[in-house]
Amino acid sequence: MAAGVATWLPFARAAAVGWLPLAKKTMPKPPVDNSSKSDEILYVNVSGVRFQTWKNTLDRYPETLLGSSEKEFFYNEDTQEYFFDRDPEMFRHILNFYRTGKLHYPRNECIQAFDEELAFYGIVPEIIGDCCMEEYRDRKKENQERLAEDTEANEGMDAPLPPHSTSRERLWRAFENPHTSTMALVFYYVTGFFIAVSVIANVVETVPCRPRKGSVKDLPCGEKYQLAFFCMDTACVLIFTFEYLMRLFAAPSRCKFMRSVMSVIDVVAIMPYYIGLVMPENEDVSGAFVTLRVFRVFRIFKFSRHSQGLRILGYTLKSCASELGFLLFSLTMAIIIFATVMFYAEKGTAGSTFTSIPASFWYTIVTMTTLGYGDMVPNTIAGKIFGSICSLSGVLVIALPVPVIVSNFSRIYHQNQRADKMRAQQKVRLARIRMAKKGTANAFLQYKEDRSLGDRDSDTTALCVKNRSAFEHQHHHLLHCLEKTTNHEFTNEMTYSELCMTESVGYRTSRSTSLSSQQGAQNNSTGCCPRRARRRAAMRLANSTVSVSRGSVQELDTLHIKTTSIPPQTRSSLNAQTGDLKLNCGEQDFTAAIISIPTPPANTPDESLPPSPAPIPGILRNTRATAYTHDTVKISSL
Amino acid sequence: MGAVVGTLTMQTKQRRPSRDRADDDLEMTMVCHRPEGLDQLEAQTNFSKRELQVLYRGFKNECPSGIVNEETFKQIYSQFFPHGDASTYAHFLFNAFDSAHTGSIKFEDFVTALSILLRGSVTEKLQWTFNLYDINRDGYINKEEMTDIVRAIYDMMGKYTYPVLKNDAPKQHVEAFFQKMDKNRDGVVTLDEFILSCQEDENIMRSLQLFENVI
Repeated sequence: MAAGVATWLPFARAAAVGWLPLAKKTMPKPPVDNSSKSDEILYVNVSGVRFQTWKNTLDRYPETLLGSSEKEFFYNEDTQEYFFDRDPEMFRHILNFYRTGKLHYPRNECIQAFDEELAFYGIVPEIIGDCCMEEYRDRKKENQERLAEDTEANEGMDAPLPPHSTSRERLWRAFENPHTSTMALVFYYVTGFFIAVSVIANVVETVPCRPRKGSVKDLPCGEKYQLAFFCMDTACVLIFTFEYLMRLFAAPSRCKFMRSVMSVIDVVAIMPYYIGLVMPENEDVSGAFVTLRVFRVFRIFKFSRHSQGLRILGYTLKSCASELGFLLFSLTMAIIIFATVMFYAEKGTAGSTFTSIPASFWYTIVTMTTLGYGDMVPNTIAGKIFGSICSLSGVLVIALPVPVIVSNFSRIYHQNQRADKMRAQQKVRLARIRMAKKGTANAFLQYKEDRSLGDRDSDTTALCVKNRSAFEHQHHHLLHCLEKTTNHEFTNEMTYSELCMTESVGYRTSRSTSLSSQQGAQNNSTGCCPRRARRRAAMRLANSTVSVSRGSVQELDTLHIKTTSIPPQTRSSLNAQTGDLKLNCGEQDFTAAIISIPTPPANTPDESLPPSPAPIPGILRNTRATAYTHDTVKISSL
Repeated sequence: MGAVVGTLTMQTKQRRPSRDRADDDLEMTMVCHRPEGLDQLEAQTNFSKRELQVLYRGFKNECPSGIVNEETFKQIYSQFFPHGDASTYAHFLFNAFDSAHTGSIKFEDFVTALSILLRGSVTEKLQWTFNLYDINRDGYINKEEMTDIVRAIYDMMGKYTYPVLKNDAPKQHVEAFFQKMDKNRDGVVTLDEFILSCQEDENIMRSLQLFENVI
């Protein structure tokens, strides 16, 4: 558990007073705790490094920790100094701020550590001096971006499904993250395959094939094998339509889905086919029909779902929209200027290709991008001069925004790579964190087992008790109080699943138990019948546990009975029965008795019932006279 | 060719034009709260100076800003009960601590409540507990409030318990509680009924004394 949380433990324990009126039993005893005007120079001890400064220096900034009375909380009477358990390296910078009035950011320190120190000492980061402010801001932004990505990666992609998700939610998740289930992966590859097939078919359609018998002209393959291509096209469109409708059905917000880019691409990919089906075959609309076929090529954009690089490219272009806009604008300006100049320069010559200014646009573009097709060439000297100026300026204008776009692309690409790496390492990290958490949960269960199993030696028990820190003691006491309040015990997963399995077996008896306890409706669970029935149920559970989970007959070696405040006479009666052990960890209101059952249990649950519980109700009848309110039975087979 | 030249001369710093606005919001939210003076707190609570120093150092370490909001509180409390879900009970506890209903706990609230719980008289402790149970602060505990509280406590136990937690365990617990506390059988428990019933119960009285040396 985090060290910082230890400071909140006393408060959590104090709040346990709120459970007391509800608890049916007394709380367990807590563990025993065996455990400071003219100008003067102040001593500040930060983790052993002693700083000295004038009181006035610190008083300069009364809104910070060191400048206000808050530092009195950290004053140590014995050593007459202020003690802070913080980083002395960082404190140097903090103290320098008081001395010089300027706060500097040390470049080799982690930005978060620095921020935490500032927060602790009550200093607002705004007052960082101009010399260091830019660096601080940049590092902070970078850190925040990184953290934002991490949290996104955490809660986004590979988060396990919430337990009660509808089929719609599962479907949507399968579509968005294909690697989560095999079905989704298969579907992913099938659609990818069909996109490729569709695009290739579109391309091959136009390749000239050998002509049909009887004609001379080469025919494009699309017309020769019209039926085949039509069937292929139909199949692809059917798959795409099916996919689109499934996505539409599964989408959590249909309006948002319909407006997204991928959905628009999907629609554009499949619409031409349906429009082509619907449209009649006359001459007027065949031109439009041809245009529609062009849209089929947009199917290739569906690949962007399958390729991350494509998505990054698209995202880069989107994020560089302003740079692209600037590029376009400056190009347009330059084109208009140079086209005008070239037109008027070449106006005089006969047979000039520069027929109008718009016609000169083509020349200007081709020259500025250094293509130079050579279909339009200036003939006059003036035209040649301006032509060369045009090509030089074209290089400059295009070169300016491109680095920005490139750096943006590189940044986004690296971010994605890092996100992938994090995701791969995330599983290991999560597993490790889960182990650590389980450690704390198991510590309490372990503690209970140790206590109840107990050693015959009081020394070893004292040792096992001492091995736990004071913090663990107090924490376990708190959990123990909760158990007493709710009358239930903590167990681990295994025992719980075993109990659940055998719950149906012992259902009859447990039901009678609950009925009788309802009738009782007291703090104490009275009556021997419920207790015995519970014991029987517990025995049945134990035996069926033995027979079901272990599969072989095993001796039920120990039976733990925990009771509270058993007066001495009953303990002697327990002693009379069989060899037992009494464990006293210094708490009077808690004893553990271990009774070993002499007879091994029979194979089947029912048979074992009469003989084995015989000794135990006898004991309990003796102890019933006492004022104990609840007993818990924990069964373990060794 | 232009692109090649451009890439070769790439030296630009990355621009993030529209994100500077977010910075200002971030820096603004660093609220800092400073508690009253040590002497004042010593006078107001039953703690000595040294104890207050210890308490404050811990508090300050966890919350440098000087206040605890509900989310942080829930997280801290959940760390003590890793088996189950402590957030509901932490919510009720938070409201009990935050007597002024400001939405955050300051060090003064923290220390005042601790002073009552650990060093207060029996009546004060029971009164604090009554306030904890009385969710809507109308002076009466009715069955719904109690059921909420008890269910929240049972939630902290988690799933893996022995004996297996039945669904009506909280309800039964509430019934038992009302049987004991509601003297005039009017369906609600008032503060006087509560204090009287608790004083009659030896177990509760004994347990109250156990928590005095927590610090």
